[in-house]
Amino acid sequence: FFSLFFLVSFCSIAVSHSFFICSQQKELTSKKRDEFEDILEERRLSSDLRYAMKCYTPVIYKGLSPCKPNAIKSAVLQSEQVQYVIKQLAKEMGESPDIIQEEAMEILDEMGHSMQLGAVRFFAFTLSKIFKQLFQRVCVNEEGMQRLQHAIQEHPVVLLPSHRSYVDFLMLSYLLYTYDLALPVIAAGIDFLGMKIVGELLRRAGAFFMRRSFGGNRLYWAVFSEYVKTMLRSGYAPIEFFLEGTRSRTAKTLTPKFGLLSIVMEPFLKREVFDTYLVPISISYERILEESLYAYELLGVPKPKESTSGLLKARRILSDNFGTIHIYVGQPVSLRTLASGRINRCPYNLVPRHLPQKPSEDIQEFVSDVAYKMELLQIENMVLSPWVLVAAILLQNLPAMDFELLIEKTLWLKGLTQTFGGFIEWPDNLCARKAVLSGLTLHANIARLVDGHVVLNDKGLEDGAVGEIVFKRALAILMCATYRNQLLNVFVRPSLVAVALQMTRSFRKEEVYSCFSFLRDVFSDEFIFFPGISLKDFEEGCFLLTKCDAIQTSQQEIYPTDKGSVIVSFLSAMFKPFVEGYQLIFRYLSKETKEAFTEKQLIPGVRNFVFQLLEKGNTQCYEALSSDMQKNALAALVQLGAVKKKKIVETLLWDPATKFLNSLAGCFCLPLPFGFQSFSQGFDKQREQSCLFLIEGLLCVLE
Amino acid sequence: MVAHLGCIWQELLKWNGWGYNDSKFIFNKKGQAEFTGKRYRLGGMVLPTFKEWIEKTFGASLEHKTTSRASLNVNDVPPSIVNEEFLQDLRATKISYSQDAEDRVFRAHGHCLHEIFVLREGMFKRIPDIVVWPVCHEDVVKIVELACKHNLCIIPFGGGTSVSSALECPEEEKRTIVSLDTSQMNRILWIDEKNLTACVEAGIVGQDLEKQLAESGFCTGHEPDSMEFSSLGGWVATRASGMKKNIYGNIEDLVIHIKMVTPRGIVEKNCQVPRMSTGPDIHHFIMGSEGTLGVVTEVTIKIRPVPEYQKYGSVVFPNFERGVACLREVAKQRCAPASIRLVDNAQFQFGHALKPQVASIFTSFLDGLKKFYITKFKGFDPNILCVATLLFEGDREKVLQHEKQVYDIATKFGGLAAGEDNGQRGYMLTFVIAYIRDLGLDYYVIGESFETSVPWDRVLDLCRNVKERIVRECKEKGVQFAPLSTCRVTQTYDAGACVYFYFAFNYRGISDPIHVYEQIERAAREEILANGGSLSHHHGVGKLRKRWMKESISDVGLGMLRSVKEYVDPNNIFGNKNLL
Repeated sequence: FFSLFFLVSFCSIAVSHSFFICSQQKELTSKKRDEFEDILEERRLSSDLRYAMKCYTPVIYKGLSPCKPNAIKSAVLQSEQVQYVIKQLAKEMGESPDIIQEEAMEILDEMGHSMQLGAVRFFAFTLSKIFKQLFQRVCVNEEGMQRLQHAIQEHPVVLLPSHRSYVDFLMLSYLLYTYDLALPVIAAGIDFLGMKIVGELLRRAGAFFMRRSFGGNRLYWAVFSEYVKTMLRSGYAPIEFFLEGTRSRTAKTLTPKFGLLSIVMEPFLKREVFDTYLVPISISYERILEESLYAYELLGVPKPKESTSGLLKARRILSDNFGTIHIYVGQPVSLRTLASGRINRCPYNLVPRHLPQKPSEDIQEFVSDVAYKMELLQIENMVLSPWVLVAAILLQNLPAMDFELLIEKTLWLKGLTQTFGGFIEWPDNLCARKAVLSGLTLHANIARLVDGHVVLNDKGLEDGAVGEIVFKRALAILMCATYRNQLLNVFVRPSLVAVALQMTRSFRKEEVYSCFSFLRDVFSDEFIFFPGISLKDFEEGCFLLTKCDAIQTSQQEIYPTDKGSVIVSFLSAMFKPFVEGYQLIFRYLSKETKEAFTEKQLIPGVRNFVFQLLEKGNTQCYEALSSDMQKNALAALVQLGAVKKKKIVETLLWDPATKFLNSLAGCFCLPLPFGFQSFSQGFDKQREQSCLFLIEGLLCVLE
Repeated sequence: MVAHLGCIWQELLKWNGWGYNDSKFIFNKKGQAEFTGKRYRLGGMVLPTFKEWIEKTFGASLEHKTTSRASLNVNDVPPSIVNEEFLQDLRATKISYSQDAEDRVFRAHGHCLHEIFVLREGMFKRIPDIVVWPVCHEDVVKIVELACKHNLCIIPFGGGTSVSSALECPEEEKRTIVSLDTSQMNRILWIDEKNLTACVEAGIVGQDLEKQLAESGFCTGHEPDSMEFSSLGGWVATRASGMKKNIYGNIEDLVIHIKMVTPRGIVEKNCQVPRMSTGPDIHHFIMGSEGTLGVVTEVTIKIRPVPEYQKYGSVVFPNFERGVACLREVAKQRCAPASIRLVDNAQFQFGHALKPQVASIFTSFLDGLKKFYITKFKGFDPNILCVATLLFEGDREKVLQHEKQVYDIATKFGGLAAGEDNGQRGYMLTFVIAYIRDLGLDYYVIGESFETSVPWDRVLDLCRNVKERIVRECKEKGVQFAPLSTCRVTQTYDAGACVYFYFAFNYRGISDPIHVYEQIERAAREEILANGGSLSHHHGVGKLRKRWMKESISDVGLGMLRSVKEYVDPNNIFGNKNLL
């Protein structure tokens, strides 16, 4: 069945992806990146007030006919698109269109930004003060800013920054103001409106607010999408939103959300604009402002609601040091270029363009591909600090590690990371010892140097109860993992090859590939893979491993070199928390769950299950406590068809496909939690086999 | 060889460019542009700003000149290969024919850029082997019969104004190619004043048809831009459209009856009625068949009394968007005058550059005043404004009433009446503009026009995107100077409009300008299709746009056309390879 599996996977690599693959290959070989400039340097030398009051005459889109925020709102309200939906709804609900129009107006008022120069200047002033307090440096690639400046004049621009912190969008607007570029309008979560004053202030600085979920509300969807499209079409301002949808709590790029992206792509696809530029922006933090909040959140301590008083309380962090921020503004990507040869020329010719239309499968696939491509571009230009390397090594050497060894290993990992195309910011003259030390200083809350050994910072460890020890430790590990995680997307392809090599214990390329491909499917929500190019990813992984002499390949076989075993085991150890974590979650699913459950029930369940194992010392996989991993694992199971998603009265039910869990449980030789039921519904043989194969593989690693 | 009649017409026309030999743009001794000849209103006039416009628009310079070869090099022309038996049969029919190289080359092409370029600098790989001049329907029947008997390929030739590579001979055609020139079938057979129809032989060219009808006080009102040279049969074969279609209709509205000779026999209807419900209209297999099914020999066409009164007009709009909105409103109210056209700013400036030297200080003063009024007083930006030209026809009173209605609408869209003279010049330029390409070719500037039809709501997007695409493609392909990329809305309909693009660039520094040109033209067409425009509004498909037929009319649609072809012409006697 290996060869069959191989064949099937091979076929699934659609021809249509050829463009993307080509362009990716090119990027792999020609990674030349721009130099950085520190924008705070200037701020420390001259008056913030003068800076805030400077003459601000941004470059704007060449086709722009200037208009006020209110004019946009009324244009949206009067648009054919919105009027059409209003009339539809009025007819369906038997209400007067005026009432629905009123409703639309309210939605617009709730949503719309009202950008004002005054508010912008206020932010320019206060943010200067705050940023100087918080950060040592804010580094920007100036060439990227220049490219952006050209792009803004040429076509409508969509800014797609990575999302690690609330600082992201403040910083980006601050940056554009500094460089005299048109300030973006930013899609923000409606939760911000809960913050008194701040919400309104953000609105005036260009934020517009979207509800978290509005799938069913046609009026809201129509008004919202038309609002965004109107701003884009008129070139009113660059539009900024986060592909990841929310801040990544793990510093690992989240899988993209497609809703907003498909909205901003539509004007081009309908040819209402000639082209649209998508600009990937990578914002990397040496130390993330919210790091401990995130760790708590992942462990199930709920995220505090956005509130102004909360913000004020948080001001004590102002005395802390958060190191350097790197902002890399990527090459603007022309949507037209991406679509050429890809999209049937006239998908929208036969229906009036203002009618709401569900995008065809082709288009949906295209949107998804673009989303992944943009995220991969973000990842490519993420700056990795030396501390990221230190964190990755520390996590493999707990509880304590010799300082000298750590330095040596860090230097080794630096080389490996660079081979894999990672973008490390490591000044030429900085010696490894200083780099590691400065990382430790900045992250004193996570790890410290004790008697020539580096240990995780889990203070008060001795006194507490067992549960508290586990929790403290988990906190420290998750925080540390946040930094290691920044490496993962750079390492994932060669590492999964390494894991596959260990799992299959075979040198046959076919077998290794089919294991790789399966792992890639299982981890498809955990890491960012461009859809449908499993073989390409495998080849890239093998290529990188060959490049660092870790493996040798022939036509049929792959085998580790003598010297390569260090690398191979380091790489698989790096991903071990994920393999183990998923295994624990599967085990929980097979053993503990009822037939149907909701995500809300599952997460505390898994958490308790893992917590108990940790307390008993039956596992060391603290990362399985992370709700992020739990959600991803569940999503993967849904995708693999092992768990089925059912919609029953507004709650999602996850229905484990019994047969899979039977076989899974069988693998673990565990008693079945529920009676044998023979389900015959579509669970295809091959998938089942490959699942079994995974379970066996996982077991191998564990032994 | 039998003496033939075709020469008279042929000798009046350029062999390697557009139109009459005596009419062309030149630079006179003072370096000023001038239009020669007396056929057009512009004839003999000096155009003082034209040179500057060319230099500014194309970066072209008078010092860099290319010259066409002066005359046809007969030695380059592929030999005529005609089977002797056929010649014997042909002689027996007494139909005049020619195997002369010049005659054959003259009918080997239309007026696509690449065809003209070949004439100037190269030679066609395949041209007709023999030209025949039937003088009546029966002659055509005989020729088609002979062609079937000897298995020859016939390519019908009317006015030769095709811009779709429709007249090019397929290179791989091994059979003798007969160019069937319809120009001697040019009589009006009868005029039926009661029913207002006329039966006309298909070879008549537009201007002769109108002239001769006018003698009896009638007209067809069908005025395509090529009407000086294109023929009635050609209009039918390509689904032509005329400038004044708002009053008279397009060719499909004008035609009452068609007689066509096919290898299967003659196809025609049994009566000459305004409409009939007898299954799909067979006229629609013929119209647009582009010479692939047979030869149209006689057409009964609607006629109208010559209008009592004609009035030109023009309106200036602050920008193209407002202009399009106005045209849309005019179409909505169904009050379009005989012709209404909207040119964009680049074309407005182009028209401006073709303004002849003014006769008196007074006119020049008046012009200055007008300009002042529009740009300074009304605040129109001369680099954004655009102009609509209008032509009204009918009885005097109704024309004036109609005029007021249209101007009232224009006012609502910010339009300002800009005088009759500007309007008239606009329409005159329609005929003259075709001559400019030959001038451009002398100075490394190549260009072409193309057209499409598009729903109203997409007009603006399509115009903007196609023009932008052209500019970008030029840049990408290494064209050193920004091209001229301009459009006009030339026809309005209830549901959409016809848009006409002009595109030209300076090709100095490019080794293979025709190839580059073709790539850009193709990109522009793809852009049109992506923007919801049609493959063609009236130029037809020919061989130039065949590649897009399938996506234009679907697989099944194409199959339907193919099956008609297979039935009518199973041996592919009409083998010009157009359309399908």
